[in-house]
Amino acid sequence: MKENKDRLSALVAQLSTCLPAECILHEAENLAPYECDGLSAYRCLPMLVVIPENIEQIISVIKICSENKLPLVARGAGTGLSGGALPLEDGVLLSLAKFNRILDIDINNQTARVQPGVRNLAISEAVSKHGLYYAPDPSSQIACSIGGNVAENAGGVHCLKYGLTVHNIQKLEIITMQGEQLTIGSNALDSPGYDLLALMTGSEGLLGIITEVTVKLLARPSSAKALLVSFDDVATAGQAVSNIIADGIIPAGLELMDNAAIRAADDFINAGYPRDAAAILLCEIDGTDEEVNDQLKHTMDVLKQSGATEIRVAKDEQERIKFWAGRKAAFPAVGRLSPDYYCMDGTIPRYQIANVLTRIGELSDDYKLPIVNVFHAGDGNLHPLILYDANIEGELERTEELGGKILEICVKAGGTITGEHGVGIEKINQMCVQFNSNELQQFHAIKHAFDPDELLNPGKNIPTLHRCAEFGAMHVHNGKLPHPELERF
Amino acid sequence: MNNDLSDNLVEQITRAYGKKTPLVIISGGSKSFYGNVIEGTALNVKQHSGIIEYRPSELVLTARSGTKLSDIENELSKNNQMLAFEPPSHNRAATLGGSIACGLSGPRRPFAGAARDFVLGTTIINGKGELLKFGGQVMKNVAGYDASRLMVGAQGTLGVLIDISVKVLPKPESELTLCFDKPFDDAHRTLRNWIIQGQPISASCYYEKRLFIRLSSTANSVKQAHQTIGGDIQHDKNSDELWKQLQHQDHKFFKHNNDDPRDLWRVSVPPATPAIATECPQLTEWNGALRWISSNEDMFELARQFDGHATRYTLNKKTGNDSTGDIFQTLPAGMLALHRRIKQSFDPANILNPGRIYNEL
Repeated sequence: MKENKDRLSALVAQLSTCLPAECILHEAENLAPYECDGLSAYRCLPMLVVIPENIEQIISVIKICSENKLPLVARGAGTGLSGGALPLEDGVLLSLAKFNRILDIDINNQTARVQPGVRNLAISEAVSKHGLYYAPDPSSQIACSIGGNVAENAGGVHCLKYGLTVHNIQKLEIITMQGEQLTIGSNALDSPGYDLLALMTGSEGLLGIITEVTVKLLARPSSAKALLVSFDDVATAGQAVSNIIADGIIPAGLELMDNAAIRAADDFINAGYPRDAAAILLCEIDGTDEEVNDQLKHTMDVLKQSGATEIRVAKDEQERIKFWAGRKAAFPAVGRLSPDYYCMDGTIPRYQIANVLTRIGELSDDYKLPIVNVFHAGDGNLHPLILYDANIEGELERTEELGGKILEICVKAGGTITGEHGVGIEKINQMCVQFNSNELQQFHAIKHAFDPDELLNPGKNIPTLHRCAEFGAMHVHNGKLPHPELERF
Repeated sequence: MNNDLSDNLVEQITRAYGKKTPLVIISGGSKSFYGNVIEGTALNVKQHSGIIEYRPSELVLTARSGTKLSDIENELSKNNQMLAFEPPSHNRAATLGGSIACGLSGPRRPFAGAARDFVLGTTIINGKGELLKFGGQVMKNVAGYDASRLMVGAQGTLGVLIDISVKVLPKPESELTLCFDKPFDDAHRTLRNWIIQGQPISASCYYEKRLFIRLSSTANSVKQAHQTIGGDIQHDKNSDELWKQLQHQDHKFFKHNNDDPRDLWRVSVPPATPAIATECPQLTEWNGALRWISSNEDMFELARQFDGHATRYTLNKKTGNDSTGDIFQTLPAGMLALHRRIKQSFDPANILNPGRIYNEL
């Protein structure tokens, strides 16, 4: 105990030589706000938190961690849903909250250069007067930071047409664990050498610390219209999604909600949703006025042929926003149904939607845990919400087990364990289902090319082979395996 | 042709790894000019071909790397779909694997995205002979590092591409090519305004003092856009001939380079960069972001000055490129060192196309 205290004091003294005292937090009450990110089922107090104010200070922190072989976890807004920013007990948490400035808006090149702590929505707000916006729109966009978006390759409602974070950034400034500053990508549309921009995006803070992001800005479409479409069967709604896309239409957003989600959202914000529908699709078409009119008509024809029982067209912008309000409030609305819920993120080929939803329903019955479905149907990105009560002993564990099974079904259906929330600590075991040992070893080799001492966010994203050998036999709490000293094969 | 040679390729690479024999990866051979001339045992992937899966409603096509681009495009056309990054196929021999390995994209790139943006998953063989699968066939996938997109443009130096899943898109209902007589800077300023207005532009080209744009949307939308922005309709025998020529790089500007003592340079700069190297013949694409320049001068320094990079693009040159100097813009020392470490992580014995992009890789 005393040894730990001495170690902490020495570290604080060392950090104090390069950071102002108020940028170093080490008292338990100051550390508490950092004990978890958006996945609050996992909590851990870090040894200390640093909140640097400039690049030099970040480099100093990295060097000190590197010298002392201390793990370093970067944190943006802490809204991530997979525990990617979960601190490590014996590590330093690096908050980028003070890197919150928009550095440059380049209208002619349609880019903005921003610091990593800038909120996603703040970028669109800053450029809206120029008729531009930043396309990826994760549901947490009011709070989440662009640095975290890059680390997680964040998506959102409009991915099908406008892509993920990886499609909407051009350049990063990063610092490696060796303290080296590197520019990845460029202000041109491509750059020489390997596509490290793709490699960095979604790397969950394991490869480098992002200190600046240049994002692409798109012209705001001149028109957007929304449809609210009812079905008397979830599978029929799932099939309609495929039919729309097969017919050559790429909606800006195509979301599916099942009956439980419809009712929850309607109860919560009085969205005016058809409460008796088995499922609804929210479909948005954007583009030029003519394009929107043409495609809206086309989409309605496809929907009628696909068994829609009712199609409502938002008559004006106000109603369009109301249609979406229910969808956007769906998660908090579901939060009122149950003390806790657990959000999954598996992604599957669209043609498997009906089949996988049926399997999820069966599992829900088996485990006696209700599941609500509200998701990005156009991308095949499911978000089953498992309702549970953490105060009932063993229920969280059963929920996680059920969640794990859902992800395995997604992989078997030709999909992936995570579409946009990331692996973090949450899905680390399911990585063993998705990838074989050679593939995981290749990932570790990539990690070593950037961070040979494995100090950046260790234990997240890529499981060790030992851990995969263990998977199934035990569960993980706070990122800590029982008996970590034992080698397991 | 439908041929799965992956086992055989694994065997050849495993053997080469054991003996540390450098391999030169060959497929259609249409882009052999695009990189350094290197020596080694040929590893031919051209016979590993065939479309494995294609579901139009999924917007995903999975094919073996040796599959010819033209076969893929024919198949997609049957369902009114396309490879939206419009990869060049040069002498029509190009394969999917070579196209992804080189990462080149055509006229639609600034609007629809580049080759890397459409790659959803790859199966590769690394330099140890291990068959590895990254990404998948779904639109969104953030499990593990994005090793699939890392393969795009890596020219096989990190792994031999075996199977590739790409996102495909519906063909636009209607397209129209318009032409405007305008000086370079004015043309590009006007073009930027149209783009910010949300006009349905899908390609641009500036050549011989004229700006060409392609509109792509529904028929009504294309008609309305033409009324708004004006311009002369291009009445070629095939209205999209210009864009096909640019895509496949057989436009006369590229041909002109055949007997030209000058080099053809591919200069990639931020789109709003003003006219550069104005004394040299050139053709501009991508709203100003891609400058094809014919010049005796080395373009590396100029590209750097304008925050971009240059490539010595020896397309149509009969001579080898071993004596002509660097092909690709030099990387800063720290980046090159990182590239080497990444290369080593995939190919520890340095047998996969060693030296193809940079001597050190």
